[in-house]
Amino acid sequence: MNELEIKALARAVRRGVIRATAAAGSGHPGGSLSAADILAALYGGTMRADPARPDDPERDRFVLSKGHAAPALYAVLAERGYFPRSELTELRRVDGRLQGHPDMLKIPGVDASTGSLGQGLAIAAGLALAARVTGRAYRVYTLLGDGETAEGMVWEAAMAAAHYRLDNLTAIVDVNGLQIDGPTAKVMNSEPLDAKWAAFGWRVFDVDGHDPAALLAALAAARRTREQPAVLLARTIKGKGVSFMENRAEWHGKAPNAEQAAQALAELADGAA
Amino acid sequence: MTEHIATREAYGQELLALGAENPRIVVLDADLSGSTRTNLFARAYPERFFNMGIAEQDMMGFAAGLAAGGLIPFASTFAIFAAGRALEPVRNSIAYPRLNVKIAATHAGLSVGEDGASHQALEDVAWMRAVPNMTVLVPADATETRLATRAAAAAAGPFYLRLGRPAVPALFDSNYRFAVGRMNVLREGRDVAIVANGLMLAPALRAAETLAAEGIAAAVLNGSSVKPLDAETLLVWAARAGAVVTAEEHSVIGGLGSAVAETLAEGCPVPLARVGVRDSFGESGKPEALLAKYGLTAEAVAAAVRETVLRKK
Repeated sequence: MNELEIKALARAVRRGVIRATAAAGSGHPGGSLSAADILAALYGGTMRADPARPDDPERDRFVLSKGHAAPALYAVLAERGYFPRSELTELRRVDGRLQGHPDMLKIPGVDASTGSLGQGLAIAAGLALAARVTGRAYRVYTLLGDGETAEGMVWEAAMAAAHYRLDNLTAIVDVNGLQIDGPTAKVMNSEPLDAKWAAFGWRVFDVDGHDPAALLAALAAARRTREQPAVLLARTIKGKGVSFMENRAEWHGKAPNAEQAAQALAELADGAA
Repeated sequence: MTEHIATREAYGQELLALGAENPRIVVLDADLSGSTRTNLFARAYPERFFNMGIAEQDMMGFAAGLAAGGLIPFASTFAIFAAGRALEPVRNSIAYPRLNVKIAATHAGLSVGEDGASHQALEDVAWMRAVPNMTVLVPADATETRLATRAAAAAAGPFYLRLGRPAVPALFDSNYRFAVGRMNVLREGRDVAIVANGLMLAPALRAAETLAAEGIAAAVLNGSSVKPLDAETLLVWAARAGAVVTAEEHSVIGGLGSAVAETLAEGCPVPLARVGVRDSFGESGKPEALLAKYGLTAEAVAAAVRETVLRKK
């Protein structure tokens, strides 16, 4: 995919997030919207993953450590053809496959069950280590939230991934600066993230998390990195793309009503300003 | 003289054997490989052994990822850290997605000894038993540990293998058959059924001898497969004997005694006594002294049987 196509994919992901959370009447639109360009860059231009073969042992893996952004993951998977787009409105329904947080046993294309924050990086690192043991060439990507980095387990895994020189592992931190209780800087300051990850032995890329070209370039540079894992600090805006959600912590875990959803979808239409 | 081997030692030896047979087996430890005996595997297969440092939650996350990548990880540390410290990662990252991770937890129970209460897991079976998809095994001797380790490696899905620190007497020979979900009948008896596991199985068998001399015929059932529990065999023997006594090196809350109590209450309510630690922490001391102080002895099992048979209708 070229840059324009990735932008279009990200817009489609955002529309999917709005439709899904509006239909469910709950869910996490803010952190899903901030991650949309990252997911589009991964699934549209970086990962080797064939929707027709979701169990291919050679496929690149993706672990959504910030599992509450499940609507964005489901939307990108649906756009890529892992399951029908129409299923997005089944989000969070009883007997549905689209659980509130990702369930790897239920949905093709979901490589790890996540939702309890702090655990995805260790799972992703384990998957990366498995590639080494089994002699496979796949790469592993994982997406964390900046608020999530308050979890101690993140740093246990960061230490271990560098110790084992997992250069087939790329982490992306969706640094949207907001968490449930307010600004991350006030709730529990995670900065300076670059110095922290560098000190743990990671190669650090500080990028605009809404710029496909910057994301693709950093992901490519991460792929070329040897002997150490890489992390992208993707600077983003929570609620990105929906005017009334942008930079508002209250949209972390609140679904839009029908009227709000209609307005959001209008703003996210292809060709809209 | 009976051979005495710690179950952790038997585990380390069997893991070494399995390593030769199955290249998909990888082993993780959290800086205790000399104590858990995973160092035997580490020496033979360094490319498949990963020391995670003192980071048990991270070890469980790595194990989940390794399993998702098609390998069979055995993750070992002390029971208090494997089941306690890492409980929620084990639940969410391993058990919920039913990943093929084998948690082999050593130094369970009071018999840790001198290290004291902070290191004596008396709740680990309760914690692990409550987690869906988890199989919980508490083998009694070296032979059963080898068979349980092998069974865990061969079966799909998460296992919790509870092992001990001290050398324990050999109870079984090479003819012994172990199966997940089966309660082996080691001794028949019509007056009471004793269900014991782990380090308490040997005292249970000794208690049965003592009781026989007093004219009380005690059956002894091996409760090594705590989950799944062999309810069918348990209910048959509960009905036949009319009284049940459990014995385990664990709190009476949530472990084998609770599993048996739940099954009996629903299927065959008979007088029951649970020998175990009575809702308390342990303390420092020699293992034998601690087991005596906290009532985990053959004498305590025999005493519980005597009281329980009197309550039979």
